[in-house]
Amino acid sequence: MILGLEYAFMRHAVFAGSAIALVSAPMGYFVLLRRQAFAAHALSHVGFAGAAGAILLSLSPYLGLFAFTLASAVGLALLGSRVGERDVGIGMVLMFALGLGVLFLNLYTANAAAAIGILFGSIVGISSTQMWLSAGVALGVLVVLALIYRPLRLASLDQDAARGRGVPVGALGVVFVLLLALAVSISVPVIGALLIFSLLIGPPAAARVLARSVEGGLLLAALIGLAETWGGIAASYYIGYPASTWIAGISFLIYLLAAWGGPRLRPRAAR
Amino acid sequence: MTKWAIEAHALGCRLGARPVFSQLDLAVPRGALVGVLGPNGAGKTTLLRCLLGLARRTEGRLEVLGRDPGAVRASIGYVSQGEPPEMSLHLSAVASVAAAFQGERWGFPLHRRRERNHALEALEAAEAGALAQRPLGELSGGQRQRVRIAQALVNAPQLLLLDEPLASLDQGGQQAVLRLAKRLCLDRGITVLMSAHDLNPLLEYIDLVLYMANGQGRLGSVDDVVREDVLSALYGLPMRATRVDGRIFVHPDRGFIPELTDCCPHCEGCK
Ligand SMILES: Nc1ncnc2c1ncn2[C@@H]1O[C@H](COP(=O)(O)OP(=O)(O)OP(=O)(O)O)[C@@H](O)[C@H]1O
Ligand SMILES: [Mg+2]
Repeated sequence: MILGLEYAFMRHAVFAGSAIALVSAPMGYFVLLRRQAFAAHALSHVGFAGAAGAILLSLSPYLGLFAFTLASAVGLALLGSRVGERDVGIGMVLMFALGLGVLFLNLYTANAAAAIGILFGSIVGISSTQMWLSAGVALGVLVVLALIYRPLRLASLDQDAARGRGVPVGALGVVFVLLLALAVSISVPVIGALLIFSLLIGPPAAARVLARSVEGGLLLAALIGLAETWGGIAASYYIGYPASTWIAGISFLIYLLAAWGGPRLRPRAAR
Repeated sequence: MTKWAIEAHALGCRLGARPVFSQLDLAVPRGALVGVLGPNGAGKTTLLRCLLGLARRTEGRLEVLGRDPGAVRASIGYVSQGEPPEMSLHLSAVASVAAAFQGERWGFPLHRRRERNHALEALEAAEAGALAQRPLGELSGGQRQRVRIAQALVNAPQLLLLDEPLASLDQGGQQAVLRLAKRLCLDRGITVLMSAHDLNPLLEYIDLVLYMANGQGRLGSVDDVVREDVLSALYGLPMRATRVDGRIFVHPDRGFIPELTDCCPHCEGCK
């Protein structure tokens, strides 16, 4: 069978990877529109600290992930929305959380592999519980995203216009960061805290260069994300080396191609 | 339907502890083009936000389109001052206008065709039909201003609030935006409030002028308001309105306009 789908671990990898790619693409597209890449980066590292703490207490890493990312999402949301003050606040939260992360690792030296797994992901080591949890959370995030889609789109493109139409811009921002925390939490154990951008930012960044409409960008980002995930898993299976490396590499390559080729591909007439 | 688009009596507004303006009487008939003038910090932006229900009216009475402000937001188009920092330069003009179509409604837009058609119509109305497919990043400042006006037109507003739409446009660009605003008043019966810093380009287009200074404001025809006695009372110092070749220059009796931005009769600093 292709891709070694006869093995359970490969089926889990493909299924969970696809779910994460599908939720990361639209979330990442909005992250780019809203210029919150730094918040996404910080949430993944905060998630790492949470997971390390949970492992220390012999709990499921997911407990620590959700607890830490959601709590810091609330904190970030309270910090305000101006990009300048926001970035300082994110930096502070990130610093504090990573300090805790180092402490947790220091206290728990017995299993360094678990920490490496969280930092760099272990897509081929996913249990079926983990797979269903990822898929469920991904679906939930997508449903809520669809429900708030129109006001979120307007608020992300033009805050003042959105306020003028009565959109609760502040509350939407909080909901969005909470959704981001959930999406990041399921991505961290699979793709890795350090490699979170390969699915969250890479595909939407490439799609944004190529697509001229928001919906086109979302669709293209999802397709690119899926292609990267499947391509990475396949390359890892047939050639070797970690799947995370492949996914990050393919993500980088697609972005380069899009950034270089995108402006040249566009029909002359449309310029 | 009342005859008045905006009716205010002894309207006052404060931001925090700072009174921005007070005792403002307004009666703007439907379909009028009103120029809102005044020095920096006079409260032009605050007044427009007050009409949208975004800045809280703290005293007096205010009716917009015959209703409470805030209740009629769906019928108001608003273009804020300056370009929104969130603006996504990759999107086409039509996509960014489409995002504003019923942007306050929840859910995912299932009728993308309809959304797009409304956006194209609005772009036509804003004389920016030819720009529809171009990415915002490739438009000039004046062209982008038109796209933002189209965004405000996409929900068929009865009242259009344009906050300094002429800033950073050359003479030709200013005339074009003014002609467009005038046409919207005449053809569609839309009431337009446009804040500006220079009265002269507006002279041949506006029906009424609202002059704001020193925490006060006066609405009326140009001949009734831009007079030395009225302006002197507004500014609280002897003002001159010199007419040369059909142009009007407002200046203090002697020398330059003093710094009025942080000074008003009510606040602590001036006592
Ligand atoms: N959020 C705020 N909190 C407190 N005071 C504010 C706030 N925003 C504006 N102000 C004050 O309210 C006054 C009016 O500001 P506003 O922005 O309405 O002026 P404006 O006429 O639009 O000026 P400009 O021509 O510079 O755009 C100013 O004195 C300003 O300092
Ligand atoms: Mg202003």
